[in-house]
Amino acid sequence: MDVFVQQLINGLTLGAIYGLIAIGYTMVFGIIGMVNFAHGDVFMVSTFIALIGFLILTTWLGIASVPLALIVVLLVTMPLTALWGWAIERVAYRPLRGSFRLAPLISAIGVSIFLSNFVQVAQGARNKPTPPMLNGGFTLFERDGYAVTLSYKQCLIMAVTVILLAGFWYLVQRTAFGRAQRACEQDRRMAALLGIDVDRTISLTFVLGAALAAVAGVLYLLYYGVVSFSDGFVPGVKAFTAAVLGGIGSLPGAVLGGLIIGLIETFWSAYFSIEYKDVAAFSILAIVLIFMPSGILGRAEVEKV
Amino acid sequence: MSVAGINVLVEETRARQAAAAPLLAVEGVSAYYGSVAALRDVDIAVGEGEIVTLIGANGAGKSTLMMTIFGAPQARTGRIRFAGQDITRLPTHAIARLGIAQSPEGRRVFPRMSVQENLQMGASLHGGRHFAEDLERVCTLFPRLKERLQQRAGTMSGGEQQMLAIARALMSRPRLLLLDEPSLGLAPLVVKQIFGAIRDLNREAGMTIFLVEQNAYHALKLAHRGYVLVNGRVTLSGSGRALLDDPAVKAAYLEGGIVEASTIAEAKA
Repeated sequence: MDVFVQQLINGLTLGAIYGLIAIGYTMVFGIIGMVNFAHGDVFMVSTFIALIGFLILTTWLGIASVPLALIVVLLVTMPLTALWGWAIERVAYRPLRGSFRLAPLISAIGVSIFLSNFVQVAQGARNKPTPPMLNGGFTLFERDGYAVTLSYKQCLIMAVTVILLAGFWYLVQRTAFGRAQRACEQDRRMAALLGIDVDRTISLTFVLGAALAAVAGVLYLLYYGVVSFSDGFVPGVKAFTAAVLGGIGSLPGAVLGGLIIGLIETFWSAYFSIEYKDVAAFSILAIVLIFMPSGILGRAEVEKV
Repeated sequence: MSVAGINVLVEETRARQAAAAPLLAVEGVSAYYGSVAALRDVDIAVGEGEIVTLIGANGAGKSTLMMTIFGAPQARTGRIRFAGQDITRLPTHAIARLGIAQSPEGRRVFPRMSVQENLQMGASLHGGRHFAEDLERVCTLFPRLKERLQQRAGTMSGGEQQMLAIARALMSRPRLLLLDEPSLGLAPLVVKQIFGAIRDLNREAGMTIFLVEQNAYHALKLAHRGYVLVNGRVTLSGSGRALLDDPAVKAAYLEGGIVEASTIAEAKA
């Protein structure tokens, strides 16, 4: 029971990070029907931007307050990563719109390789550590010498995720931009007939996806304390898996999928074997997709016309 | 002078006004899908306050013309002017922002949005100003929509979706309303309702309307002027009444429409 609660907490934390990344996959797929394979690497780039930001703030400027540093780093990393997302769409995907379906996909794989190699060359191939921040936590209960703890980091990750998701849900469901975005998802040409600048809406979708990935990046750096140029691939694929599992195109689905993948991974590591955690996560994906091809919250492609 | 004579006079004046400073002028426009010509050298004018209709068989290029006005596909030759401004090379959304709205072929309501959200999309040019007032207006025109504001548009009947598509176009307060086959696939009673609404829009609100229809009889009865499109060319034009009485139009579009549409071209040539 103690181990179970502890793993539940750990799994939800990890799942929250996957969920934040997965939203970027699912939104882009929703609006232009393309899997943005570079999204994981955009996430990785954001962890490096955050790392550099932390180092500048703490060592050069001598800011000792961790919460202050964290807020500043978030505020810097989000727009910078969003700029990357915008530029990638503009340079690598938009010129291929209207080309055959595989073209932007191949371009995305190219961007992914470009980003990880660029960071490898510019920042070096070694793992980059940060000094541990926000240590400590609450001890929830203790039995037989096993303490179930909820660390400050985990609290922060979950709180930030919940707040962001609420804000994001509001943006998509209640604002004019969100409506325009959903309209472009459902019928791009009709949206243009109503005066919506479709290219701009697609750009903003990439910008938002990248900004959420940046939040995930900052939290990831904080949680693990170490990043490397190759960290885009595995979390990226896991988040993509989460998006597919939850039903690609569905925002709540992306978050739900992220939580499920995070939980499977941590529980499998705790009870069975840590080496096989990815095998477990992807096997469950395969099984779910065999029985529910459109994912858990995805909609079946039937529509009255 | 007889009433009919006055009517003819009025129609002639209208035609002359339209020719002098039309709100929409399509001049020598050709459009292609790949290398296939869909429109060839089309000239059409719609004057302020008119209902102008374009009739033609399936595949004649009617919907292509509607989309070409919106720049998708762009005209390869010729010019399209709206309120004096050349819009031939503008992107679709910029054309919409000038004050042209379209209820397109197949209605194209956003199926997974509520009726109200669809209408909000129609009003997006105005960013929510006078939304309540305009909502009231379109609900008076189509009372059915008022009962269904929260329903998902994709679950409504064809007639209701058509009403929504027209209402959505009206929400932008357009100067010119393009209607593409509003009667397609609808029950006769609903068709009557929709044509009634179109007439009211023009007569009472002074809306300028360009109407594309296969239902030639209804369209010509309603319209001040009409054009006949055959294989991407305008073969005939005139007042609605004159076209209704034209033997070639009668043969091709009104009496069963069995006669090959190209006979009109031959008859006029």
